[in-house]
Amino acid sequence: MKKYLLPSIKLTVLLLVLLAGIYPLIIAGIAKMAPGKGGGVTVTHNGKVVGYENIGQKFTNDKYFWSRPSTVDYNAAGSGGSNKAPGNPDYLKTVAERIDTFLAHNPDVKKEDIPAELVTASASGLDPHLSPAAAYIQIARVAKARGIAPEKLKQLVDANTKAPLLGMLGPSTVNVLQLNVALDELK
Amino acid sequence: MTTEILGVIATYGLTLLLAWPLARYIVKVFKGEKTWSDFMAPMERLFFKISGIDPKEEMTWKEHLKALLTINLVWFVYAFFMLMFQDKLPLNPDGNPGQSADLAFNTAISFLVNCNLQHYSGETGVTYLTQLFVLAFLQFVTAATGIAALIVVFKAFKEKSTTRLGNFWDIFLKTNTRILLPLCIVIALILAFNGAPASFDGKDTVVTMQGDTVNVSRGPAAGFIAIKHLGTNGGGWFGANSCHPLENPNYVTWMTEMVAQVVIPIAMVFALGMFINRRKFAYVIFGVMTIGMIILLVPTMMAEINGNPAIAHMGIQQLTGAMEGKEVRFGPAATGYWSTVTTIISTGSICGFHDSTMPMTGLMELLGMMLNCFYGGCGVGILNYYIFIIIAVFISGLMVGRTPELMGHKLEAREVKIAAIITLLSPFLILAGTALSSWVLAHHPDANWAVKPSAWLNNPGYHGFSEMLYEYTSSNANNGSGFEGLGDGNVFWNVSTGFVLILGRFLPIIGPVAIAGIMASKKYIPESAGTLRTDSLTFGAMTFAVIIVLTALSYFPALALGPIAEYFSLYR
Repeated sequence: MKKYLLPSIKLTVLLLVLLAGIYPLIIAGIAKMAPGKGGGVTVTHNGKVVGYENIGQKFTNDKYFWSRPSTVDYNAAGSGGSNKAPGNPDYLKTVAERIDTFLAHNPDVKKEDIPAELVTASASGLDPHLSPAAAYIQIARVAKARGIAPEKLKQLVDANTKAPLLGMLGPSTVNVLQLNVALDELK
Repeated sequence: MTTEILGVIATYGLTLLLAWPLARYIVKVFKGEKTWSDFMAPMERLFFKISGIDPKEEMTWKEHLKALLTINLVWFVYAFFMLMFQDKLPLNPDGNPGQSADLAFNTAISFLVNCNLQHYSGETGVTYLTQLFVLAFLQFVTAATGIAALIVVFKAFKEKSTTRLGNFWDIFLKTNTRILLPLCIVIALILAFNGAPASFDGKDTVVTMQGDTVNVSRGPAAGFIAIKHLGTNGGGWFGANSCHPLENPNYVTWMTEMVAQVVIPIAMVFALGMFINRRKFAYVIFGVMTIGMIILLVPTMMAEINGNPAIAHMGIQQLTGAMEGKEVRFGPAATGYWSTVTTIISTGSICGFHDSTMPMTGLMELLGMMLNCFYGGCGVGILNYYIFIIIAVFISGLMVGRTPELMGHKLEAREVKIAAIITLLSPFLILAGTALSSWVLAHHPDANWAVKPSAWLNNPGYHGFSEMLYEYTSSNANNGSGFEGLGDGNVFWNVSTGFVLILGRFLPIIGPVAIAGIMASKKYIPESAGTLRTDSLTFGAMTFAVIIVLTALSYFPALALGPIAEYFSLYR
């Protein structure tokens, strides 16, 4: 063992400089050219930063499209999911309550049409997206609250829908924050 | 759903396409042939000169292990003290506190053994300094340790009769400078240009559209996420791991991280065939591993796509599958694929929470970690598979009544004993650990600890038992994922999993290296008509049967109490 101790310590110090010091500095340096300069991409509304593109926000007001339920209340100082098992009775009660709340605010919606992600908590608690179906289903409510024609809102959702990668890989998504910013900017 | 399944198939295909050239490159590096990365050579020579190492000195298998264990011990001591005193050190913009002794013990070990079981949350439990200089550093060097151990075994396979198996330092350093670092730079830049943070800025504060004030944790994460996957480590920069929208911002990064975590394990299988010049032997291994993966993958994806039956019972259609603990940008198919891959190859990173997956998925996740050899972690996957090969050769030898041989060397009592001990070790650690925690929970639920045992579990019934079983399985497999509802940030779990982690890492490295070293030093017997062919499909099927029988017999009772019972109570 003794024969290997000093080489081990010296090699460790050298590798620390290379792998923990130089490597992240190279990445941070090159990332200065990336969108957001490596600090995350922000979203501006009326000249003010209102959030990060990739970090979801809480929307509970009827005149906005709602985000998914979150276990960290969309505060990105932390992150995490509910870790509830599919058969946990307390959890199923929570889901039932979310369904009731949603139906109370969206009286025109039929229960079986509610997309699952609107009544289940995301993994990060910061999920910035909805599926297009989960945005469409809220159009009637938002249209009523704002007095805008539903057709116009549908166009807005479609304009804010991101197709699968290369048109064929992965799900379609709608960024809720960007959709709501566009909604506020609608004339 | 079609595009989601297509995404999974494309990602696996891309992995294979990249694994092949990577394997050729790895072989060139370790055979000492000319490669494009030779510009690193002067720096490597400088490192050896300063460290007082002669990289040309050939070592025996025992010397290899001594060097490996010594440098690991150095890392452990260093990591433990850094984590405890991180609050007094620089690069802590968020003002996070130091870790308690038992938490630092657990964190240091779990990163030392390439596991990355995280009993803290990345946003609050560590600082930028310890993330980079302890955790990311260990993610590099522990992956290199696993690969170095495997290369020793490669060399032992290749030589006819020798005790000289190359130089540990040389293999170890080259793994870092020639393989991990260059690939990580490419991966990290893809991530950074797709929205993963890379700067050293601390938390940001924003007022949202609805007027809430929230914080946003950031930091130099891109480089960390790259090595976390490439080295099959899995520990996340953020608490939610690769579910976090900054750690895994879109489908491009999902594919990148997915390919990164499984490309080296697959490339090492191809490299084995190229290195020892027995390609068919490697193809058979690859075939068995791939079939094993598909058997775990298909039920997983089906269960997740079909959704939660209890929610279907409420009258919700779930066209997008089971979405609890999942992210919309990945969906159930991609999350199911990730959960299978991350458990078979010991990464343990997640893009959806395993605690909330369906019982069938939970069963497959547990099995993936219990088998731990379908592709497997960086280097160690093939070492685990090698143990099963030894057992299969031994049993086949008994069946046909010949002295078992492998690679032209006799397989005798000593080697089989080592293999048997390693095989028995995993069930012992997993089942004894789960039994101990269940006993404490049942008999001392109100023990006067910081966290009472009665408060450990996040879910009642069978699933609660699975949470404990999962934690020890993950520790033993050096996986690092968890049924995260388990309240594991306390002395009982920190210490008990800490010991499982150490034993579950180093014995399965020492065992195969010892067997290969001992075998290589024996007299070489040329192949004859009577030799058992280890590169045949029959032998592949035999190995597969050995793997399934050993695992099924060891774990079936525990699995029946956990996910299997949960399955039958949920799908009534």
